[in-house]
Amino acid sequence: MLVKGAGISFDLSEDHLMIQDMVRKFAEKEVSPGAGERDRSMEFPRDICSKLGELGLMGVNTPTEYGGAGMDSISYAIIIEELSRACASTGVVAAVQNTLAQLPLYRFGTEELKRKYLPDLAAGKKIGAYCLTEPSSGSDAGSLQTMAQKNGDFYFLNGQKLFVTNGMAADFFIVYATIDKSKGNKGISAFVVERTFPGFKIVRKEEMLGVRASGTAQIAFENCRVPVSNLIGEEGDGFKIALTTLDSGRISIASQAVGIAQGAYDAALKYSKERSQFGKTISNFQFVQEMLVDMITYIEAARLLVYRSSYLKDKGVPFSKEASMAKYFASTMSEKATSHALQIHGGYGYTKDYPVERFYRDARVTEIYEGTTEVQKMVIARNILGG
Amino acid sequence: MRIVVLVKQVPDTAAQIQIKPDGSGIVEEGLKYILNPYDEFAVEEAVRLKEKISSSELFVLTVGLERTKEILRTCIAVGADQAVLILEEGEPLDPFSTAELLAKKIESLHPDLILSGKQAADDDMAYIGGAVAQRLNFPFVSVVTQVEILENGKKAKIKRQIEGGEEIIEVDLPCVLSAQKGLNEPRYPSLAGMMKAKKKEIEVIKAADLVPDIRKFARTKLERLQPVPVRPAGKILQGSPEKMVKDLVRFLKDEEKVI
Ligand SMILES: Cc1cc2nc3c(=O)[nH]c(=O)nc-3n(C[C@H](O)[C@H](O)[C@H](O)COP(=O)(O)OP(=O)(O)OC[C@H]3O[C@@H](n4cnc5c(N)ncnc54)[C@H](O)[C@@H]3O)c2cc1C
Repeated sequence: MLVKGAGISFDLSEDHLMIQDMVRKFAEKEVSPGAGERDRSMEFPRDICSKLGELGLMGVNTPTEYGGAGMDSISYAIIIEELSRACASTGVVAAVQNTLAQLPLYRFGTEELKRKYLPDLAAGKKIGAYCLTEPSSGSDAGSLQTMAQKNGDFYFLNGQKLFVTNGMAADFFIVYATIDKSKGNKGISAFVVERTFPGFKIVRKEEMLGVRASGTAQIAFENCRVPVSNLIGEEGDGFKIALTTLDSGRISIASQAVGIAQGAYDAALKYSKERSQFGKTISNFQFVQEMLVDMITYIEAARLLVYRSSYLKDKGVPFSKEASMAKYFASTMSEKATSHALQIHGGYGYTKDYPVERFYRDARVTEIYEGTTEVQKMVIARNILGG
Repeated sequence: MRIVVLVKQVPDTAAQIQIKPDGSGIVEEGLKYILNPYDEFAVEEAVRLKEKISSSELFVLTVGLERTKEILRTCIAVGADQAVLILEEGEPLDPFSTAELLAKKIESLHPDLILSGKQAADDDMAYIGGAVAQRLNFPFVSVVTQVEILENGKKAKIKRQIEGGEEIIEVDLPCVLSAQKGLNEPRYPSLAGMMKAKKKEIEVIKAADLVPDIRKFARTKLERLQPVPVRPAGKILQGSPEKMVKDLVRFLKDEEKVI
C-alpha cells in the first residue's frame, strides 16, 4: 500500500547514516571477531549486551523518559541489520531485548512497571525475554495452556514455555498465560516475571542449528508467584499485546534476515575475486556472477520492504501487512542468498574455516520465529481478502 | 582545564582516491568523508581528561567546508562541549595559512592544552600541530602515546614511542600534543550523544572575517597532483630450465644491463 505523504524518497537522513556508520564500526570491531567462537560454544554475548546498552542500542524505540533513545523504526531496522551482518545471534538477542521485552511495557504497562523495568533493559544492565510459545501452542498462540490464578496480591503461574530467546541470561520475562481457558483469546494475560520469583525454573538450554549464542531456553513455572502489579494492561489484554508486539517484531526479524544475507554476500563477493580456477578468478564465470547478482538484487528489494514497513510504523498508520511482507520476503531471500554464498565458496564454504556456513544455518530460523513463513502468508492473505 | 582539539575531515581511508585529469585535486563525487583517524585519538584523550578533571571544557576546531560540520557533530556526540568551524570555501589553503587561522581562533579560547592527530590521513603532512605551536609560542610534543596532567594543570608528563623504547617527557602547559595510534581506544558515539550533537549549535566563522588577509599567508602552493606511475607487468620466463636460464641471463645483461 502506498500512502499519501511527502513523495517517494530513498535517501536515509544524516542521522540514519551516522547511526549506520557507528553500528557498522561497532559490529566489525566488537561483534564480528567472536561470532564464530560463540556459535561453537553457544556462549551468550553478555558483554556485548552491556556495550550495546551503553550506546543506546538496547532501547532504540523506548521513550527517552524511561531511559531509551526514543528513535524511529528505521534507525532500529538499520541497527538490527548491521548487528546481524556480523553475528545473527547478537542480532536476535538485541531484537528481543529492544522489541519483544520492552514494547509490551512501554505500550501497555503501568507507569510503575515502566519505571521499574525499562531503564535497566534499555541500558543493557538487565536482559529481557519473551515467553509465548509452548509445547502444544506455536503458530496457534491463542491455544496456550499456561495458567495464571489470582490469589490475594499474587498471580500463581503454572505451565511450560519453549524456545525462549535470551532465556538463559534474562532477568525479566514477558510471560503470556490464561486466567480462564474457557475465554479463549480473551483469557490471555501478560505478566512481567523476574527470574528470582519463587517457582520460576530454567529447564534447559536448547541446542540448535543456528543462532546458537542466543541463550534459547525452556522454562517452567511451578506455582510461580507474581505480584498483581506485574500484570501488563488488564486481564485479557494479553493476546492483543502479543500480536501488537509481534507486528513490530516482524520488522526486527526481516532486518535480521537482510543483515545475515548481506554478511554472506560480502563474504561471497570477496571470495569470488580471490579464488582462481581455470586460470581466472571465479568472479569471471557467468554462473557465479548470476548468483552474486541475484543475491544483491534480492537483498536490496528486501531492505526496501523493511524500510517501507518501518516508515509506515513511524507514520502511525497500519503496517501489519507490510511487516509480514517484509518478513516473508526477507527471510526466504536470506535462506537462498546464504545458500548461494556457500555455493560460491565451494568445499571451503562447507567448513568452519569460513563464516558462510554459519550464515547459512543462521538464516534458516528467520523463516520460523516470530511467525513462520506460512503464518506471514496467512496474515497477508487475510489483509488482501478480508476476514 | 580548557582543552582545544584540532580536527580535520578527510576522505574515508577505505575509499579509492582518483585524481582529477588536470591534477588540480581529487574527484570528490561519491566520496565519503570521515574524521581523520588520528584525530579520533586526540578527541578521545581530551574527553577522558575532561571526565577526570572537573569543570573542564572541550572545544573542537576545524578549518573546512559546510560538510565539515559532520565531523564536528561526531566530536560532540562523543563528548566535546563546543564546536567551531572556520569556513573557507575558496581554493584550498596551504597548511601555513590553515595554522594561522587555527592559532588566531585558539588565542581567543585561552586553552591549557591543545591536541591534534599526529598527521592527516589524506595528505600525511604532519604539519599543523607543530605550526600552531610555533605560531602561539607553545611547546610541542609529537606522536604521543600517553598523557598525564601534573601539578594542578601546570605541567604534563608525556610518553612517546621511539625506536626500541619509550621517551618520557615533561612539558609546561599550555602546550600542543599530537596523538599517535595507541594513545587510547576511541569510544563509539551513543545514540544519546548523537541526539545531543544534532541539537547543538556549531559556531561558524568565515576565514576572511577571522584573518582578513589570509590569502597572503601562503608559503607553499600546490602545483598539481599526479598519480603514481603504474608499474609495468612482470615478465614470466617459460620453457625448459636451460632455456629459462639462458633467457634470464640475456635479459639481465642486454635489457636491464645489471650484469
Ligand atoms: C531459535 C528460536 C527462537 C525462538 N524464540 C522465541 C521466543 O523468544 N519467544 C517465543 O515465544 N517463541 C519463540 N520461538 C518459537 C517460534 O515463534 C515458534 O517456533 C513458531 O511460532 C512456530 O511454532 P511451532 O514451532 O510450534 O510450529 P507449528 O506451529 O507447530 O508449525 C509447524 C508447521 O506447520 C505450519 N502451520 C502451522 N499452522 C498453520 C496454518 N494455519 N496454515 C499453514 N501452515 C501452518 C507452520 O508454518 C510450520 O511449517 C522461537 C523459535 C526458535 C526456533
